[in-house]
Amino acid sequence: MTKNILEIRDLSVEVSGRRVLDNVNLQIPEGEVHVLFGPNGSGKSSLVMTLLGFPAYKVVSGRIFFKGKDITDLPTNERVKMGISVAFQHPPTIRGVKLGQILRHLMSDEKKIIDLFNKVKFPQSFLERDVNLGFSGGEIKKSEILQVLAHGGDFIVLDEPDSGVDVENLRILGSVVNEMLRDRSALIITHLGVIFQYVNADMAHVLLNGTIVCSGSPTKILGQILNEGYAWCEKCIQARTERCEL
Amino acid sequence: MYSGKDRALRALNKPSEYGPDLDISQYSRETKNWEPCIISNLPRDVLERALNVGVVVEDKERAATYFQIDHSVIFKAVQDFFENKIEVMSIKEALAKYDWLKDYWWKIVEVDKDKYTALAEIALDQGYFIRILEDQKIVLPLQACLFIATDNLNQNVHNIIIAEPGSEAQVITGCTLHPSVQRGLHIGITEFYVKHDAKLTFTMIHNWSEKFDARPRSGAIIEDNGVFVNNYVCFKPLKSLQSYPVAYCKGRNARARFNTIIYGTGESYIDVGSKIILQNEGCKGEIISRIIAKDRTQIYSRGFLLGEHRDSKAHLECRGLLLSDEAMIHTIPELVAKAQGAELTHEAAIGKISEEQIQYLMARGFSRSEAEALIVRGFMDVSIFGLPKEIEREIQRLIEVTTERAL
Repeated sequence: MTKNILEIRDLSVEVSGRRVLDNVNLQIPEGEVHVLFGPNGSGKSSLVMTLLGFPAYKVVSGRIFFKGKDITDLPTNERVKMGISVAFQHPPTIRGVKLGQILRHLMSDEKKIIDLFNKVKFPQSFLERDVNLGFSGGEIKKSEILQVLAHGGDFIVLDEPDSGVDVENLRILGSVVNEMLRDRSALIITHLGVIFQYVNADMAHVLLNGTIVCSGSPTKILGQILNEGYAWCEKCIQARTERCEL
Repeated sequence: MYSGKDRALRALNKPSEYGPDLDISQYSRETKNWEPCIISNLPRDVLERALNVGVVVEDKERAATYFQIDHSVIFKAVQDFFENKIEVMSIKEALAKYDWLKDYWWKIVEVDKDKYTALAEIALDQGYFIRILEDQKIVLPLQACLFIATDNLNQNVHNIIIAEPGSEAQVITGCTLHPSVQRGLHIGITEFYVKHDAKLTFTMIHNWSEKFDARPRSGAIIEDNGVFVNNYVCFKPLKSLQSYPVAYCKGRNARARFNTIIYGTGESYIDVGSKIILQNEGCKGEIISRIIAKDRTQIYSRGFLLGEHRDSKAHLECRGLLLSDEAMIHTIPELVAKAQGAELTHEAAIGKISEEQIQYLMARGFSRSEAEALIVRGFMDVSIFGLPKEIEREIQRLIEVTTERAL
């Protein structure tokens, strides 16, 4: 039996007293790539923040296990050390903190950092840029992927890696992500699934109103969503039908 | 017309427009006479303090050095290579030597501005005279140290820096005191004359103690195509500091820039500002401040831009970081236009360390305290000031030392 790298049990989370995740259950076996679909505001990013243990995301019930260890109460940097690497959708700008300072903290070998820049076709001048200050949408994505690569965790979380990226850069990022995920586990959050032109996923989940309502084949679920929208998922739950792949 | 002395006497009780009013009679004027000596022979604790305000012992790194302890000039020298390119002497020596210097004496800063300028006239101790000769580009910084070694002393210095036409130089002035000194009052008058096509970068680094008061009074006149950059750095607590230097962009295309970095801790009361007056065609000004307030520090950060010419432009930017609920930052930016077409802008922002930023860095493996230190250092990032490399390195080093200890 394969081990789960991530296991979320009955997880409910509140932000300022407002429920953002409700009884979420999710298992990702080692080596698998899972996708999380969901409309805006359904709680996808909240799940990422909770996974990282950001203090504003208060776990009111349930546990999170990573590599078999209960990490529910660990500080963010401890979780990251265990091997969780996250590419954020909207990372903050930090004036005066250079992208290079972060990368060098993650990876001491300067030569390897340069290799990574070449790999994602990102100008090295960004090493000396204030992180995310004046970055374009595509540059933010590249910078995030670079940081994930430099960290080198074995569980990768990509929050909307394909939004706001032009075709050419999408191709570059797609192939880098595909290569990166070959020997790793991952959770990819996406809206439109454009990234799946480049990356194969093993399983998809749909998050609606903070709950996972459906799990199954990524292509089938994505097909349904693209054809009929999330409204269909709502109907699906109401009808209590079988999983959409069937 | 009253003489300078008369005007000063009449102003001896005149409080400053800003900052707490000090009773100037509470400080002592008594100190011993310090014998001249070479810098490396000074006691180690003096040298360590000097180093913390950017004053180094190795004379190879500096074009010239002026060192004053209390009321005595103990060392002044120009490196051989820079002989006949720059002049460095004590102000009293210079006043005796050059009759024309009176035309530069109290010509920018008013002698009766307040009781502190008045005191500096009536009880002048010393100060330095630095002159960069015409067309000389001095690649190494010049340094001056104004040191206080006697507790509760009042030290009054009056400095004049003249950058003759076409010259270029960087001057670092470090003001500090002996570890045994707690109280005292430092009054520093500095008048800058940047002649046409000259460029002067002046960096003042202050390092006082919790019960110490400082009242710097500076002014600059910049002629055609001249550039004046004034950096002020204060990372240590003190009782009170008040200063509001002014730069008059008098000539065509004259440019002035004030960069201020303050890291206020303890019970410090700090009221610091910068003024730029744009008086001619093509004049440009910029005021940039980075203010951090910790503990119970009260900081007023002022800025004043006056556009008197229609073809002039200036910008004021103040960012504050509040690291305690008992601290206070008050920014007061003022823009005054007296000619149509003068383009004056300002932006000011005060905040705390953003939790989102901390979490982002923690998600990159930094601990919370490492993340905070990184953000605070980033906030004080001096690379935006466009300083000469030596000065930038010097300030960067001070920031590292300060944040390492504090965070």
